Amino acid sequence: MNSIEVNNLTKKFGSFTAVDKVSFNVVQGQIFGFLGANGAGKSTTIRMLIGVLEPTSGDALVGGYSIKKQPDLVKTQIGYMSQKFSLYNDLTVAENIRFFAGVYGLDGKKYQERKKWVLKVANLENMENTLTSSLPGGIKQRLALGTAVIHEPKIVFLDEPTSGVDPVSRRNFWDLINDLSAGGTTVLVTTHYLDEAEFCNDIILINAGKLVAQGNSKELKTNYIKNPILEIETDRTVDSLEILEKEKWVGETSIFGNYIHVILNDDTITEKNIIKLLQEQNGINVKRVERIVPTLEDVFIHLIEKDNKQNA
Amino acid sequence: MLNRIFAIAKKELKQLSRDTRMLFIIFFFPVVLLIIFGYAINFDVKHIKIAVYDQDKSDYTREYVNGLISSEYFDLVTYVQDESEIKRLLDEKIVQAVVVFPNDLSRKLLSKQEVKVQYLIDGVDGTTASAIQNYVNAATYSYSIKLTKEYLAVTGKNSYVPIDLQPRFWFNPELQSTKFLIPGLMGMILIVTAVISISLSIVREKERGTIEQINVSPLSSFEFILGKTIPYIFISLINATIVLVAGYILFGIVIQGSLFLLLFGTLTFLFAALGLGIFISTVADSQQVAFQAANVTSLLPSFMLSGFIFPIETMPAAIQALTNVTPAKFYVVILRAILLRGAGISAFWDQLIYLGIFGTVFITLAIIVDKRSKGKQ
Repeated sequence: MNSIEVNNLTKKFGSFTAVDKVSFNVVQGQIFGFLGANGAGKSTTIRMLIGVLEPTSGDALVGGYSIKKQPDLVKTQIGYMSQKFSLYNDLTVAENIRFFAGVYGLDGKKYQERKKWVLKVANLENMENTLTSSLPGGIKQRLALGTAVIHEPKIVFLDEPTSGVDPVSRRNFWDLINDLSAGGTTVLVTTHYLDEAEFCNDIILINAGKLVAQGNSKELKTNYIKNPILEIETDRTVDSLEILEKEKWVGETSIFGNYIHVILNDDTITEKNIIKLLQEQNGINVKRVERIVPTLEDVFIHLIEKDNKQNA
Repeated sequence: MLNRIFAIAKKELKQLSRDTRMLFIIFFFPVVLLIIFGYAINFDVKHIKIAVYDQDKSDYTREYVNGLISSEYFDLVTYVQDESEIKRLLDEKIVQAVVVFPNDLSRKLLSKQEVKVQYLIDGVDGTTASAIQNYVNAATYSYSIKLTKEYLAVTGKNSYVPIDLQPRFWFNPELQSTKFLIPGLMGMILIVTAVISISLSIVREKERGTIEQINVSPLSSFEFILGKTIPYIFISLINATIVLVAGYILFGIVIQGSLFLLLFGTLTFLFAALGLGIFISTVADSQQVAFQAANVTSLLPSFMLSGFIFPIETMPAAIQALTNVTPAKFYVVILRAILLRGAGISAFWDQLIYLGIFGTVFITLAIIVDKRSKGKQ
C-alpha cells in the first residue's frame, strides 16, 4: 500500500521552475530517501507534500488525502521536522512536549504515555526542566523528532534532520528512524549524507527540480553505471587526474581523498593500461589500481553531471 | 479547539515570563510615560515671575501689585529701579513679565483720567505669553472694577456692572492638564504595548522557524492568532489598571463612569490595536522591521493625531481626516467620556463602531496578505 503518491508535482516561482513534474510513490512503513544538491527542489517538494505550499500543477496523495484539495486533512496524517530547529529554545523540555501535545489535542493518560516515550527516545528522562537552548545538538534533534511524532502520525517528513550533527548522534538518530519504520510509520527523509541513503529502502535523486534516478541503493549502483569503475591511488593525485582526463577512454573522474575514481568508456581497458600510462610514461608511482563496485556517491556524481550536461 | 488555543496561550505566557527584554517594554514603559507625562508635561501656567518698575510709588500701585501676587499665578521677583534693568531681566530670563507704572499714575487717577499701565511680556513661548496676558487682563479688570465702585460710592451712586462673567469649568474645574492627559496617555500606552508585543511575538516565530511546525499542525490560523492574543489582552488590561491606579494615587483621577463600560470600551480598543499588530506581523519578516513598523504606526499617531495633546478640532481638514489612522483617537474620546464625565454609552457608541471597523479592516487585510504569501515561500 502506498502512503504517498506523487503525480507530476510542479512548482513555479515566477519563471523559475523549482520542481518539475516529479512523480514517485512511497510504500507504507518504508524509509524513503530523498536526495539532491542544495537548491535541487527537495525542500520545495516537501513543503508541498506537508500542505504548506500550494503546487502550481500536479497533485499528490498523502495518507490518502489530496495536498491540493484537502491540505487540512493531510496535516492530520503527518509529522514534520525541518532542518531548522522547530523546538522553542526558551521553553523547557517538558514545556515543549506539553505544547506540541496540546496542539495535537493529546491529554490525560495518552499524554502521559507519549510524554514518557518522547523523554525516553530523546534520552532526557530526569531532565524535563532543562531549558531546550542548553541541550546538545544531537539530543535536541531527537527531542525534535520525538515531539514531531508525539501524535503518532502515519507519515513523517524529515527535512535534513541530521545536518550539523556529529556522527555518533547521527547514528543514534537513525536508530530512532528505523524504530519508527519498524512500527509501521512511513518516513520520508532528505539528506546530504550518502552513507545515510544506504539505510533507506528506496531512494530518489532530484536535480534542478527533475527526478533523475529512483530505486534502492543496489539498483542505483547497478542500473545507472554500466561502465567499469577503477579506483586509483598514486603519489601525485592531482597530476594523475590531469593526465587521465586527457585520455579518450576516460569517461568521468572524481577525487575521493587520495583516491581517484575513473569511469571507463572502453571495456577493454584494464589495470595494466593505467599503470603503463602513469608509471611508465609519466613516472608517477602507482600504489594501487582496483576495479570497484560503484558507491552511491559515484552514481550521483555521474547522474548529476550527465543531467547538467543535458540541461546546458 | 479550546484546548489547542489554551496550549498556545500557555506557551506564550511561559515564553514571555523568560523574556526580560519584552517584560521590560511591557511593564516599564507605561510607568516611565506616566511619570514623564504626568509631571514633566504641564500646560498649567502658574508662578509667573514678574518684576515691577514703579515710577509712581503710591498706594494705588502697591494695592495693584498686591492684587497680582496674592494669587498663585504671579511671583514678585524684584522692583526695578531704572529702565535699563528691564531689558536685562527679560534677556536673562530672570522674569517673564515686567509691569511698568507711569510716574503720573496716582495723579491721573485722582483727576479721573485714563491711565496706561505697560506690561512687557516674554513672547518666546506663545502659549505661556498668552496665558500671562489673560491673567494680567483679569487682574487689571477686577482692580479697575474695584476703583470704579469706590469712585461711585464716594459720589453717592450705586455701582452697576451690566454683564458680569461667571465662568465655571465642568468635569475638570481646576483645568488641570494632567486630568486631560491621563486618558490620552492610557490610550497611547495600551496601543504601543499591544501592537509591539503581538507583532513581535508572531514575527519571532517566523524568524526562528517555529511557525513551520505550527503550519504543519492541524492548528488553524484563527486558533493560533487567538491563542497568541489572549495573553496580551490580559497584559493590556493589567497595564490599564496600573495606569488607572497610578492616575488615582498620583493625580487624583477618579473614574466617574461605569467600570463595565470602561472594560468593554478597552476590549474593543484592544481588538483594533491587536488587529493592527497582527497585520504588521504578516508583512514584517524580522523582529526589527516589526518593531519599527509597530512604533511608527502606534506611537507616533497616538501621540500626534489622537487628540491626546493637540486638539483635533483645530487641525486642518486634511490632517483631521488623517487622524483616523489611529484607533487611539476613538479610544481617547471614550476614555475622557467615562473617566472625566461619567458619561454613558450614548456619548461614545459611534467611537465603538469605528474601533470595530478599524480592527475588522486590519484583520481582513492580514488574512489576505497571509493567504497570498502561502503560495510563495
